[in-house]
Amino acid sequence: MKGRSPPVRNAGDMIEHQSELPSVGPEISAAALDEARLRQQAIGVRLRQMFDEVVNEPIPDDFLDILRRADKSAEQG
Amino acid sequence: MVDRSPRDPALDAAFKAEIVTLIPHLRAFARTLCGNATAADDLAQDAMMKAWDARASFQMGTNMKAWTFMILRNQFYSEKRRSWRQTQLDQEAAERTLVAVDDPEAPVALNELRLSLGMLPPEQREALILVGAGGFAYEEAAEICGVAVGTVKSRVSRARRALLAILEAGAYDRDGRAAGDAMGSILADAERLSTAR
Repeated sequence: MKGRSPPVRNAGDMIEHQSELPSVGPEISAAALDEARLRQQAIGVRLRQMFDEVVNEPIPDDFLDILRRADKSAEQG
Repeated sequence: MVDRSPRDPALDAAFKAEIVTLIPHLRAFARTLCGNATAADDLAQDAMMKAWDARASFQMGTNMKAWTFMILRNQFYSEKRRSWRQTQLDQEAAERTLVAVDDPEAPVALNELRLSLGMLPPEQREALILVGAGGFAYEEAAEICGVAVGTVKSRVSRARRALLAILEAGAYDRDGRAAGDAMGSILADAERLSTAR
């Protein structure tokens, strides 16, 4: 992926915002945090995959046609 | 029109070369806003042309991706404002499209992620897509959406929590199909992807 930060950044954000959640016992929260981090990472991977599916589609011809026409009118204009 | 002064052809060529590389990203972002693939491509084309018309106001070397995403987003919301009725129809069409994502080849969890995303408030979904999938920094996403950086951060964080909760509860709109283990399948897939790397 082009210059994308590793998914670890997402997990860091999770931790950062954990304080907003109701507090639980320290032994529970450590395990829960690991689990939540893992799940958030997994969702992050999926989310990028979903977006990249469209990014990786070939560009439909009309996009390039429109640009080519615009280019011509710019030359003539 | 926007620009009456004669343009340097080399500048135009450079602009065009760069915007071509952004088309796939504009299409992907439009798809997340519209749901419907045809409407999304129309939106992406309109945004591309708006960017072209406004090229004189763009400073080459600055972030063209963020700039075009902002144009696309503004275009989307101004069209929505022009006709709320059309918006409703679009919404219904988008929901149908989201529900109709039923490609037997597609991994189950991907469809469920799409459906779950559809349940998030639009501003949360948009923030999460820009930062979590589009590769934008919080500052860039804030600029694109025209809000404060802190607002984007809190939207992304809320979106992540809500998405996790929806997936874990299996609360996404399944269109009558049996609940799959969406979270389990996403986890298994992430593991496979990370080991394959």
